[in-house]
Amino acid sequence: MRRVAVIGAGMTIFRRRLLETGKEMCFQATKMALEEAGIGMEAVDAVVSGSAPDAFDGVHMKGEYLSDGCGGIGRPYMRVFTGGGTGVFSPIAGWWHVASGLADVCLVVNEEKMSSCFPHPQSAFAHIWDPVLDRPLKPNLVWIFALEMNRYMTVHDIKKEEIAEVAVKNKRNAVDHPCAQLADPNITVEDVLNSEVMAWPVQLLDISPPSDGASALVLASEDVARQYSETPVWISGVGWCIDSTMWTNRDLYFPEYLARASKMAYKMAKIDDPRREVDVVEPYDPFDYKELHHLEGLLLADKGQAPKLTVEGVTQRDGDLPVCPSGGLLGVGNPIAATMGIKAGEIYWQLAGKADARQVPGDPQIGVCQAWGDLMQYSSVVVMKA
Amino acid sequence: MGSGITDVAIVGCGHVGFTPESHQYSWKELMFEAAVKAYENAGVDPRKDIDCFVTCAEDYLEGFSIFDEFTPDQLGAALRPAFTVTGDGIHGLASAFMLIRTGQLDVVAVEAHSKAADILTYEGVVSFAFDPIYNRPLKGHPYHLAGLEMNAFLQDAENTEIDCAEVVRKNKGNALKNESASFGEELSVEDVMGSKPLFKPLKAADVSPLADGSIVLVLASAERAKKLTEQPVWIRGIGWASDTPWIETRDLREARYARLAARQAYEMAGIERPRLQIQVAELDDRFSYKELQHVEALALSGGYRAGSLLREGYYDASGSLPVNPSGGSLGVGSLLEASGLYRVMEVVRQIRGEAGDHQVGDVDLGVAQSWRGVPSTSGAVAVMGG
Repeated sequence: MRRVAVIGAGMTIFRRRLLETGKEMCFQATKMALEEAGIGMEAVDAVVSGSAPDAFDGVHMKGEYLSDGCGGIGRPYMRVFTGGGTGVFSPIAGWWHVASGLADVCLVVNEEKMSSCFPHPQSAFAHIWDPVLDRPLKPNLVWIFALEMNRYMTVHDIKKEEIAEVAVKNKRNAVDHPCAQLADPNITVEDVLNSEVMAWPVQLLDISPPSDGASALVLASEDVARQYSETPVWISGVGWCIDSTMWTNRDLYFPEYLARASKMAYKMAKIDDPRREVDVVEPYDPFDYKELHHLEGLLLADKGQAPKLTVEGVTQRDGDLPVCPSGGLLGVGNPIAATMGIKAGEIYWQLAGKADARQVPGDPQIGVCQAWGDLMQYSSVVVMKA
Repeated sequence: MGSGITDVAIVGCGHVGFTPESHQYSWKELMFEAAVKAYENAGVDPRKDIDCFVTCAEDYLEGFSIFDEFTPDQLGAALRPAFTVTGDGIHGLASAFMLIRTGQLDVVAVEAHSKAADILTYEGVVSFAFDPIYNRPLKGHPYHLAGLEMNAFLQDAENTEIDCAEVVRKNKGNALKNESASFGEELSVEDVMGSKPLFKPLKAADVSPLADGSIVLVLASAERAKKLTEQPVWIRGIGWASDTPWIETRDLREARYARLAARQAYEMAGIERPRLQIQVAELDDRFSYKELQHVEALALSGGYRAGSLLREGYYDASGSLPVNPSGGSLGVGSLLEASGLYRVMEVVRQIRGEAGDHQVGDVDLGVAQSWRGVPSTSGAVAVMGG
């Protein structure tokens, strides 16, 4: 199989960006990624686009609309969409463009513009439910994640104080991220526990903020990577998995679909003992409990044991297993698909030694990133090696 | 194909449809029935043998945000790798093709469907694909753009409005021999020319009606394909491309996206003289003039104009190069994002000799092409051989 490397990444500031269109944000991220890779658009053979629901932007066939900002004009251009899983899934699509031999250089550009959804992007989520069984109950995302968080806490007897540690860690880590929206150097567990209750046990500071932004990666074949990059980072394992639509019919305490996606990725990357071999990890953290849930699904902690790792400081940037050194979605922001910049992008920067103030110590060699989406049913996993 | 990279074959097909309405089915049931037929045709068990499932769908056409959520159960994909391409069926086919060529996966299923009858405001949905700032405020019917494009195409060429009417006559006539087609009809050129004017020169008969249905194809690596079937249909070449999303700056006269996609596919397949080498073509004809535009873009008219060859009967079902012997979208009905996958299936049936009354003779090499409809400039091409 052809080896595939990441040789450049870029991302915009995550904010409510009323003055820019989605196309313009894509252009900015693309330009940064190409500049870091040291190549021009003429070297790009194919473009992959990643973006979550069209309803955010209010544009049907959003991929078509964004194509010029992504460099898609006159090229093979394809958009993939796995809900919130898109942030780490579109890099997988970029991987197969290069690994299959169809492209030597593939640009991956993810975008999300949630602010144009009025009055709040939550209204777009009103249409993600089964029209017969779910929609009449008028659920929203915070409610169902409250169900999942509650189930996780109940099964393992986990305290809210332990989960709040994740929000504190990530929002503090985000202070070092130039794109961060909700960094806070002084936040404490008490602040999280005292924040407004949204739907028990979810409180305001347990949640990442909606945001606008774009991010981009340049993927290249081995020949091209060696030619342009001193620090190529290799995509050595990919995995993805979807569970049944019927979320009401499964036990939400453990993400089995993620465990399967992880095993697929670890097998391909020839990682037998992920807890010993993985140096840095960026699990998807739209809610603080999700980081813990995902560490367990990624087989990096025993079921119910991820909170302990957090409380003991293992997951701090200078701990044994740094988790979300970027600041994550909780600290940097959650423009759904564009979070690729703080998941796949961050792992690339960490392994290339380019993470600046966020750099984890010890010259990390193996990193894992993951995203989560659809109706609490999807995960995508990428393993990278320096 | 490159050394060490496997060839890819289509080893199974299944479909349901195609009818103007399908109220007896939910969209899930359409997908289920097509999938069961395809898996049986390929001789595979989806729970054990299929490594990944690809669905091609757009949120607005489905009436959901994040339609990907609703795909796994009816395809047998729960707790398996799966994803959505927000593109035409041939974009999905290209993804499956690349996945198998990576060497990591052996068998991949591709699904696309149309539940057009459930869309109450189809024109309204299409109009949401126009630029929200520059174009949508003009509040025109989206097919104005097709009228403008048809006008530009005809002004420049020896192709005439009568030739477009000939396309309608040919395809509606071909559809009479296709048991899956709902819009077969014996029409005269005068009937077409006399149909209701819509957006000059576009008339009612130039526009494909919409139809419901679902298609599933099963693809396999060379090694697996040879074990699964005695008659694999090889994907010899595949290409896809997008032109600019801006309607103000694109060249309305030619289908550049189709020309670029065809160039990629022909190069991969080693085809130098497509008009003389290809034995059957299934091309997008959502609007009558599009067939002529696509014939020229795919170099199936050589140095001649498509209209002049058409008038000689060159593209008739009994002609030198049958184009749309299935009846095309004009005769079968436009299947929205499933249109391209249906055309691929038609070419497979022609190569297998299973096209029944509309079999065009012995076919060893055929081409299928898609376009994503107004206002998109994305299309894809697949070359298949026995």
